[in-house]
Formats: sequence, C-alpha cells, structure tokens
Amino acid sequence: MTEGTKKPFIVREIRQEFPALRQLIYNKNLIYFDNGATSQKPQVVLDAINMYYSKDNANIHRGVHFMSQQATTEYEKARVTIQNYIHAKKSEEIIFTKGTTDGINLVAFSFGELLSEGDEILITAMEHHSNIVPWQMLCQRKNLTLRVAPINKKGELIIEEFDKLLNSKTKLVAVTHISNTLGTINPVKELAVKAHAVGAKILVDGAQSIQHMPIDVVDLNCDFFVFSGHKVFGPTGIGVLYGKEALLDKMPPYQGGGDMISRVTFEHTTYNELPFKFEAGTPHIAGGICLGKAFEFLSELDMDAVQKYEKELAEYAQDMLDTFEGLAIIGEAKKKTSVVSFVVEGIHPFDIGTLLDKQGIAVRTGHHCTQPLMDFFQIPGTVRASFAFYNTREEVDIFIAAVEKSINMLK
Amino acid sequence: MTLEEKQQEIISEFELFDDWMEKYEYIIDLGKEIPLIDKDKKTDDRLIRGCQSNVWLDAEVIDGKLLFTADADAIITKGIIGLLIRVLNNETPESVAKADLHFIKTIGLQEHLSPTRANGLLSMVQKIKMTALLNLDSTT
Repeated sequence: MTEGTKKPFIVREIRQEFPALRQLIYNKNLIYFDNGATSQKPQVVLDAINMYYSKDNANIHRGVHFMSQQATTEYEKARVTIQNYIHAKKSEEIIFTKGTTDGINLVAFSFGELLSEGDEILITAMEHHSNIVPWQMLCQRKNLTLRVAPINKKGELIIEEFDKLLNSKTKLVAVTHISNTLGTINPVKELAVKAHAVGAKILVDGAQSIQHMPIDVVDLNCDFFVFSGHKVFGPTGIGVLYGKEALLDKMPPYQGGGDMISRVTFEHTTYNELPFKFEAGTPHIAGGICLGKAFEFLSELDMDAVQKYEKELAEYAQDMLDTFEGLAIIGEAKKKTSVVSFVVEGIHPFDIGTLLDKQGIAVRTGHHCTQPLMDFFQIPGTVRASFAFYNTREEVDIFIAAVEKSINMLK
Repeated sequence: MTLEEKQQEIISEFELFDDWMEKYEYIIDLGKEIPLIDKDKKTDDRLIRGCQSNVWLDAEVIDGKLLFTADADAIITKGIIGLLIRVLNNETPESVAKADLHFIKTIGLQEHLSPTRANGLLSMVQKIKMTALLNLDSTT
C-alpha cells in the first residue's frame, strides 16, 4: 500500500480490531500496559491463524499437492511483505526464526564461526539478557572479549565511552534499538557508521522498535536486525533475522536438517541457498504466514502518526507519575518512547504490580531480563508500563489513579 | 486451636471482604506484624530467592513445636507468609509435614503459591515442609 492510501490513525477504531482488549479482569475493564512483553493481536491475525489450520495446513517447500503449494505461496508471500516493510533489498535477507533470542543466537553461532581469538564484541550496559548471554557464550567458545559500553544515570549510552571501546579488534557491535526497561532510543544509525569505520559489523536488537517506528534497514545500514513476531502483533514462536546477503552468504549454517540442504550423501552435504540455509526443519508455517498478516495490518497504518501518539502517551504518563512523592522514573533519556519504568521509595515493585493487577491493570514488575541494568541503578526492579498504539489517555488516567491508590495502601 | 481450626478462622475472616483490594489491605496489615527473623539470621542459607522478591525463613524446634520467623522484601509476600506462619506456628513437625494448606486456595491466593509465581513462596512452603520432615526424623 502506498503512503497516500494509509488510513488516518484513530485510536478508538484501532482498538476495535483487538478483541483481547475487550475483557473484564477482576470485574474491571482490562488496561493492558504490558506491550513491551507482548502485544495483543488484531482480528486479521486471529482470522489468519484460524484460516491456516482450517484450510491451508500442509508442509511447505517440498509438496507437489495443492495445499502444500498454497501454504508455500502464503509463507513466501509473508517473507516478501516483511522484506518490503523493513525495506530490505531482497527477500533472501529475511530469515524466519523463533524470535529475537533465536536470531541473536543464530548470529552468535554462525557469524561467531568467522571470528577468532582476540576479537572483540561490543554491547551496551542496557542490553536485554538475550543480547548479553549469547555473546558471553560465544566469547567463551572462541576466546573472544566482551566489552560493555556504559550508560549515564539518565539511561543514555555514553557515546564518548562507546568510542573508546570501539577499536580495530571489534568485530561486532550488538545494541538494542530501544531499551525494553528504560525506553531509551539508541542512535543506531550513528553507531553503525562508527562500527563500520573500524571494520566491525552491527547487530540491532529491534525487539522493542519494530512495533513503534518505521524501520528501514538500508537507511540504518545495520548488518543484522532482529525482532520477535509476538511483540509486533503477530504470533509467538516466530521472529525475523534480517542480514545483509553478502554476510549471510559467508556464514555457515546454524542448525542442520531438512530444508537447509541442497544435496546430502553420507560423505558430504551441500547447503541450500539463502534464506533456507538458515531455516532447518519444518518452520512455524502458521506463524510466518500470520506474521505477514500483522505486517499487512501495520502497513495500512500511518506509523509516523503512531510513533508520535505513543510518545505523547508515554510522556503524559511519565509527567503524571513524576508528581508522586518518593516516585522516581528510571530512564530519563532525551530520546525515549513507549515505556515508563519507575520505583517508589520504600515500596517493592512486586507489591505495586500485584495491586495494579487486582485493579485490572497489566504491567510488568521486576528486572525485565536486564539484571546488570538493575545493578547499575542499584534497584531490585521497576514497575514498567509499556504502551501500544491501542492504549488511550483515559487508560493512563485510570492507571495513574490506581498507582496512587496502591502507593497509599503500601505506605 | 488445631491447625485445621486456624485455617477455618482465616477463611471466615476473608469471607468478610467484598473485593480484592480489601483482601490485600488486610494482607498488607498482616505483613507488618509477622514474627521477624533476627537480622543476623538473614544469611544466604535462610534466603529463598524468588525471581522478583526474596524471602528469609528460620525455623526452631522448642518443646517439640516448630516456631518460624521470617522476612521478605515485598510486603504482600510478607503478609502471605504471615498467614502461613499463623497456621503452622506452634505445631508439631508431624502436623506441619502433613498439613494440607487448603485455606490458601479458598481465600483466593493460590496464584501466589503457583510454580510460575516468581515470589519464592512455593519454595518457602517446600522448605517449611522439609524442615518439618527433618525434625520428624530426629525425634523418632
């Protein structure tokens, strides 16, 4: 769909597309502010799941029969939809994975095979565990060094420190696009220029950005971009690794099995071409097809308007929370979006989360899989409200009143 | 009061509450009154680490009865510990080991004791039972 045909962004209309939002939790209208963990699904995605298993269910790529071909066509169509959405040059650069974690592990293994002792991987202090642990494992396996670029108290990457850690030994920079805990938007385009200047590649963890802003992998000039389907209004168990073709071509396969081969004998196996080289075994066919539907849904939205709306919503919530005595916002980056994390003096995040739940409000509490970040701020965890375009100001108002009530009960 | 009577007493108390917030208000109050573990006993071997909140538990046997002291960093967790201790304190290791803590489900707090709940309470109950069993062995 071209720019001109995009529907105007009207929250009330968008909400109608998400049946999960229309339910009572403990007799209260659900307020779903846990979008950083997973998003709700639009009706078109739910219908597509139903349709796939009711009608099209067949194994793909190898069947000569009608249903198999139909499923293959739909699956490959989804790949192209995603390619177009993130502006990748070729559909071969879109590898279906289980999710962000799987994509990062794939790169850590396969790109890691190209690295040797003494090489360095550079990450930041605000990474999710899934963008830390695979690199630690790789470093152990290949005797590499993991460097961590520090952040300031606002939760922003300290660029000068990043620059100091980046050197000719750095082979990969792995950085989150948007911090799942802080909402900080990292300047990944700028970091890509810096990485390439020393000959390093850059992986962008897009788990928290793909659903909130337009993504153009060519413009970002990232070498890898990974995300999860379920956070971008698609099913769980499916995700995408984008990689530049030339780089993916150089990398050995991650897993062996069916579909990823060209010819197998007991003596020797030659591998299939991209993207199948990295897609061993029967994939999550329904997941891929329905993720394609999620991106078709997104393609009809004016993502610039969405981005603006979500930012304003998060700022509105943050400004209201900021007025509470003893409440501290964790993550005050100049460039941030969609996430508000906070702690309240003398009150455990778990208690606030439990009381909000009983008022029908879903937030996340705890360390958000970023324990090193919690150590940095010297807190056990935060309460995190994370927004999507279907959330409203009215919901924020109810949330704020519920936070106030909870704090008063817990004081 | 028997262990079962104590459970029934808690169930009747919770029947008075109209909604969840009232229940939790009560649990929070209970959390402020639990027999606290001595500070110097808050050691790693008495720590039950949950994904989100931590619990410390100590048990002593005095005159053949188990006496528990505890603490937690989250007040709701502490309140639920308070309920558990109220039921299990001053009971013999045998009755603690055999105890069916059905009141938790009846008053609607079973989610806090589910294996997927990240607060360490299930591990705490398991540790209480284990302590009871160990003391059972030493007295027979």
